[in-house]
Amino acid sequence: MSPENLGEYRGLWVFIEQRDSKPARVSLELLGKGRTLADKLGADVTAIIIGEGVSGIAEEMIYYGADRVIIADDPIAKDYRTEVYTDIIVEQMLKEKPEILLIGATCIGRDLAPRVSGRLNTGCTADCTELDLDTQMRLIVATKPFFGRNLMADIICPFHRPQMVTVRPGVMGLKTLDRERKGQLISIDVDLKEEDIKVKVLDTVRSASDGVSLEEADKVVAGGMGVGGAEGFEMLKELADLLEAKVGATSLPVDASWISKDYQIGQTGKTIRPRLYIGCGVSGAIQHSAGMINSELIVAINIDPKADIFNFADYGIIGDVNQIVPALIKELRS
Amino acid sequence: MHIVVCIKQVPETTDIGWDSKTGTLMREGAGGILNPNDKNALEAALQLKEKHGGTVTALSMGPPQAEDALRETLSMGVDKAILLSDEQFAGADTLSTSCALRLALKKIARFDLVLCGKESSDAATAQVGPQLAELLNLPQLTYATEVSIKSNSVRIKQKLEDGFRILETSFPALITVERELNQPRIPPMDSIMEAYRDKEVQVLRAEDLGGDKEHFGLKGSPTQSRKVYSKKVKKGKVTILQGEPDEIARELIQTLKHKGLLRGLNVT
Ligand SMILES: Cc1cc2nc3c(=O)[nH]c(=O)nc-3n(C[C@H](O)[C@H](O)[C@H](O)COP(=O)(O)OP(=O)(O)OC[C@H]3O[C@@H](n4cnc5c(N)ncnc54)[C@H](O)[C@@H]3O)c2cc1C
Ligand SMILES: Nc1ncnc2c1ncn2[C@@H]1O[C@H](COP(=O)(O)O)[C@@H](O)[C@H]1O
Repeated sequence: MSPENLGEYRGLWVFIEQRDSKPARVSLELLGKGRTLADKLGADVTAIIIGEGVSGIAEEMIYYGADRVIIADDPIAKDYRTEVYTDIIVEQMLKEKPEILLIGATCIGRDLAPRVSGRLNTGCTADCTELDLDTQMRLIVATKPFFGRNLMADIICPFHRPQMVTVRPGVMGLKTLDRERKGQLISIDVDLKEEDIKVKVLDTVRSASDGVSLEEADKVVAGGMGVGGAEGFEMLKELADLLEAKVGATSLPVDASWISKDYQIGQTGKTIRPRLYIGCGVSGAIQHSAGMINSELIVAINIDPKADIFNFADYGIIGDVNQIVPALIKELRS
Repeated sequence: MHIVVCIKQVPETTDIGWDSKTGTLMREGAGGILNPNDKNALEAALQLKEKHGGTVTALSMGPPQAEDALRETLSMGVDKAILLSDEQFAGADTLSTSCALRLALKKIARFDLVLCGKESSDAATAQVGPQLAELLNLPQLTYATEVSIKSNSVRIKQKLEDGFRILETSFPALITVERELNQPRIPPMDSIMEAYRDKEVQVLRAEDLGGDKEHFGLKGSPTQSRKVYSKKVKKGKVTILQGEPDEIARELIQTLKHKGLLRGLNVT
């Protein structure tokens, strides 16, 4: 939509991704962030949920910050399919004309958002790490790292509506839910026929999760090349267990097959914002720090006093991980 | 079968400089390469052609030097290479890029499959594939780690965060591919020589595409960058813990306790 009258567009929408009626964490993060932004604009927050048997989670969206929840609960929407979800969202958008649509930059979010933006002929800024507001112009200012994250760009969408953004999971943090909040639940009819849908889902296989959810971890012990090998990561695991932390890694140990890609933090890995990050033998390259710089307390253990990580760590230990980590384990055990 | 592969030339290094005085990117010195992920799309197209017959066309929008990336696709074995190049295309965001690619595909007219990389290594938006699919009104199958074709349908294994799905649709369709789909071939020297010496890259300008000029380049881009800057990762002063390893360990654990970071061991 490239409207003549931008002023007609009001309200901030958040797409709620779900699996088996469990909302994706990033969608809840966006409700919290969306609430803050909408308050500055004096606008409503609308959550839109699509799926089968999803009505039960609508109330929770209000607790997380929504004023209204639009629910499309229909068997045809059981599995995520681009066409189905795009049709439903676009129909509602054309009817209600919101000015902003936020979507989590997950696999599904990044499949859906550009399709919706293409149909509405509007801009979509992908994979953002910060959202701000130009309140006067009612513009979302979306910050996106690019070119290997040495550079950041602030992107706006001044003359098209809705302004669309996909946001990386983990960067916004989760607000506590407020069970006192009240809001409006709106169920809509889905008028789509299976025979018109071009894509079929023949099978869905969920990989058995080993419980690694780095993005949500409260504490992370990350290892870099200085850890020295796969055994070094065993030692970090021991420390992490004592601290009730998760293990993470830079990209190089992943490339060296010391640890799997699921643990990688950074530009091409995960974004974390734990209360405590301990980097062991991590140099602090920008591609790594891009994924952990929002950690509250950063501790660095590195043998090289000139390592970059000391530029942004809160506490630094200049020493060998093979001595410091065992000492920490011993101390925690005692 | 006719497969069109959309490819992009990207800067060779991810460490592009930023000139804070003039406020521009310093692209000089950074050579252009074929987007690594697009090689997987090319490889997939060539394998499908080898198995099922047909032709493969590589299509790119970019500055004149993007011709080099298209020559590389010719050396890998594509039948035809088309470059959309015009000042009018400059400054395009993903929607505007998709718009130009769509017009070119309309001009090519007959195709069964469009393949894209999942994402480019510089912009990394993963948006051009889905937006192009939308503008062409094609079904999209994203994040393919396997692709197979049966009479009139195409099937992929789609990679998601928490597993995978098997998706199927009929032709024509657009597929975006993951790096792990295949190992792109390395062309032999004589193919490279041939691609540079004997083969042609067809160049199309804005006027050749027709369409509304307002949709091209910066003018046709809904998104604009307001500011580009390098991010400083400096948080203030680091406190260095000193002493023997067990002294350091004790001090750190005490600090974490005081900050309430050790559950059950909180002393305050
Ligand atoms: C496009 C692109 C994307 C990238 N994406 C990512 C990403 O997502 N995540 C990521 O992490 N990286 C990424 N990288 C790589 C990144 O640039 C760095 O190369 C990487 O983060 C460095 O990992 P490291 O700190 O483990 O290794 P190194 O840089 O080799 O540092 C090892 C450190 O360990 C210290 N050390 C050595 N031995 C010991 C010891 N015994 N005790 C204590 N300290 C010791 C050394 O002093 C050194 O500082 C990317 C790069 C590119 C180009
Ligand atoms: N300028 C372009 N010309 C042709 N194809 C492109 C162009 N930009 C992006 N693509 C295709 O779209 C994919 C995703 O790119 P991006 O949206 O930039 O991450 C790439 O892997 C290419 O296949």
